[in-house]
Amino acid sequence: MSVILLLIPFSIVIAAGFLGAFFWAVRSGQYEDTATPSMRLLTDETARVRRETLDQERGS
Amino acid sequence: MTAALSQHPLRDARSVDSAGGPELAVACFHCGTPCPDRNHVRGERHFCCLGCQTVHELLQDQGLGHYYDLGATPGRRQPVLTGEDRYAFLDESSVRDRLLDFASDETQRVTFHVPAIHCVACVWLLENLFRLQPGVGSSTVNFARREVSIQFDPRQVSLAKVAGVLDTLGYPPDLKLSALDSRRGSAVPRRLWLQLGVAGFVFGNTMLFSLPGYFGLDAFSGPTFQKMFGVLSLLLGLPVVLFSAADYWRAAWYSLQQRRLSIEVPIALGIAALFAQSAYEVLSGHGEGYFDSLAGLLFFLLSGRVFQQKAFDRLTFDRDYKAFFPLSVIRLNAGTEERVSLAQLNVGDHLRIRHGELVPADARLIRGQASMDYSFVTGEADPVSRQVNDVLYAGGCQTGGTIDLEILKPVSQSYLTSLWNQEAFRKEKDDTFDTLTNRYSVRFTWLILLIAAGAAAFWTWSDPARGIRAFVGVLIVACPCALALAAPFTLGTAVRVLGRRGFFLRNGQVLEALAGIDSVVFDKTGTLTATAGGEVKFTGTELRPEELRAIRALASQSSHPLARRVVASLTPDSEVAPEVEEFSEVLGQGVTGRVEGREWWLGSPEWLREAGVELSASALEASSVHVARDGRYCGRFTVANSLRPETDRLLQGLATDCDLALLSGDNDREAARFRALFGLPATLEFNQSPARKLEFIRSLQEQGRSVMMVGDGLNDAGALRQSQVGVAVVEQIGAFSPASDVILEASRLSRLGALRKFAGTTLNLIRASFVISTLYNVIGLSIAAAGQLSPVVCAILMPLSSVTVVAFAVGAVHWFGRRAGLGPVLGTGEELS
Repeated sequence: MSVILLLIPFSIVIAAGFLGAFFWAVRSGQYEDTATPSMRLLTDETARVRRETLDQERGS
Repeated sequence: MTAALSQHPLRDARSVDSAGGPELAVACFHCGTPCPDRNHVRGERHFCCLGCQTVHELLQDQGLGHYYDLGATPGRRQPVLTGEDRYAFLDESSVRDRLLDFASDETQRVTFHVPAIHCVACVWLLENLFRLQPGVGSSTVNFARREVSIQFDPRQVSLAKVAGVLDTLGYPPDLKLSALDSRRGSAVPRRLWLQLGVAGFVFGNTMLFSLPGYFGLDAFSGPTFQKMFGVLSLLLGLPVVLFSAADYWRAAWYSLQQRRLSIEVPIALGIAALFAQSAYEVLSGHGEGYFDSLAGLLFFLLSGRVFQQKAFDRLTFDRDYKAFFPLSVIRLNAGTEERVSLAQLNVGDHLRIRHGELVPADARLIRGQASMDYSFVTGEADPVSRQVNDVLYAGGCQTGGTIDLEILKPVSQSYLTSLWNQEAFRKEKDDTFDTLTNRYSVRFTWLILLIAAGAAAFWTWSDPARGIRAFVGVLIVACPCALALAAPFTLGTAVRVLGRRGFFLRNGQVLEALAGIDSVVFDKTGTLTATAGGEVKFTGTELRPEELRAIRALASQSSHPLARRVVASLTPDSEVAPEVEEFSEVLGQGVTGRVEGREWWLGSPEWLREAGVELSASALEASSVHVARDGRYCGRFTVANSLRPETDRLLQGLATDCDLALLSGDNDREAARFRALFGLPATLEFNQSPARKLEFIRSLQEQGRSVMMVGDGLNDAGALRQSQVGVAVVEQIGAFSPASDVILEASRLSRLGALRKFAGTTLNLIRASFVISTLYNVIGLSIAAAGQLSPVVCAILMPLSSVTVVAFAVGAVHWFGRRAGLGPVLGTGEELS
């Protein structure tokens, strides 16, 4: 049973990691606008591809 | 958005269609407006104007043609390309410094409100702005708020240029005086999210530590684990008490200082009792305490607050003249025009005001014929004409030609702004303490303290330790979690339900006020009557196109509202309007003039009769424009009733249990009609100034009435603010509305009675939630008062009561919302939620 003494602090550390991730998400503003990202998703692919081609054009 | 995407193939079909059938009007490839001619064509694509074609070519050349793949005709019509100098005033440091969110030598960031953002293509284009304009870095769109935040390099591109590019693309930034004031904060503050996160984290973890105790697993886990779990729970509980509960401590302290018992006081009391008892148990080695209940309590309470704040972040409800005045005007400087910010205007400056622009300060007319539409300030729908040297008051909107003015007073001292700055207009509504929840919680707190003291006194006699346990136990279990959640969830859900149906409420307390309304005061113009629309029909001998053209040309010379409606109903053809000769107008009667050699008369039947035209008796009715040509009667234009649909039903419904009144800034020519609508007991007042309207509301309130004011313009602003519930009626959500409690889409006006009933239902649902919460409290209290409260009972009872109340509130509000006759859910709904 004494393994629990090790496992419990370990589980808290992992959970604290998730809490840290949540803090990061809130601080980086992800909770401020939840409408636009869903729209951006629809165009993201093409925008990225085009941005890359544009970068290549500019580079060459 | 998905609708726009699914329409996509249609666009190609339409362009094929239009190529085959030349009679069909071709839709502009950019904005979808029917093209009046075939002058703007590129390849197979037609455009309605040069502006649209220019934008299209600009996008194509920059490889941004993908814009048109994302939505059918996503653009906005741009008949006139605006010069970039229009935004030159943005580069003045006084304006720029207040607009920029962030500024350094290399990077600046600005957030513009762009009302034109409406689809996924807009988001895509605006976020690809960097490809159109060198110097622009990243740009981010917030769709829900119609905002774009742009980062740019001030060494390469100026703020004015950035605004100019947006304008060129058909996304003009909305630059009103209010943009210089503080920005709206985010819906849910980050701090609240973090507090919720911490509470949730602790809730989950302490629950795991508590479970072995609840199931009696101590038997084979031993006291070591009990001790360890207790200490861990205590450590985890500290951030909850110190960080997550911080706002409750502060609010409770504040309300005690004010010598009032708000809902926060029993909550803080409960948290303190929970924590003290738990810490004592852990440190003395008696048990593990109630940390899971404590964290759970905070988690539920904070969830309620997040929900409430999300539900109420929709529209701006506090808007004054600053949201109405533009940021810049055209100043004449030695004969040349320059754009300057409003703040730079001085007395004596000469301004140029074009059609549709506002007079920003009290001024004297020095050139041109002014036709001032003061409907926004006074409610009077007819424009008033002013001659050179007359004084024009701020807030008027010029209709007609260009005029030049000389400023007489600084902007801040003009009629409109001084009106606004009056004490009564500025009066902030009391931060209503007397809400349903607080009334209930005052009684609740005293009752709990009484029971706790009684239980303690009872047990202390025989067993002092049990007395303390009972006292603390009562405080713990009576923590009014369910009580605190009932109102936010019921009101929050009600606000959401209403928002989806076109009623937008400032906050939940408005519902409480709404339920208590016993007098309803209406404004006329723009509220009960639509400012535009309504069908115009011609009856009489058939008119040939050139005759219609002549009538239009003649009618367009007049600024009378009926004449304007007639003009609007006759679609202009591409040919130049014919010349009107020997024109004369008798104000309020009609106009006459010679067009293409024939003499035309337009006006009231009496006037035509005086001029010797023979009229049939049936032609004598109001709201019509009669036409005669060369002394012969031709027929009449009947202007359809511009009263909003179902107004009569609304008024009848309200009249059953409310007093009605009509306050109009307009003249009393329609008094009889409104008397019939409102019924005999109603008060009808015409020619009311904004201050008089406010006074009327106040006098009603002094008689002990609870007043709802329904209005639309700045002229109603004072009355809207003074009344218990100010309802602003808008044609379009997001359009300007003065400070108010409720923003109502005009099409929903007829449902006002249903809204009032629904508010009553909502309050009853809150009361029902209180009953449910009381039932749980009775169970919990009887256990606690016996001094038998254990952590496991607490851990079951608390979440159970919270969850029941929340589920009941949300479910019941939705159920009643669907049956309240509030009208169907608005089109997409998603856009505003």
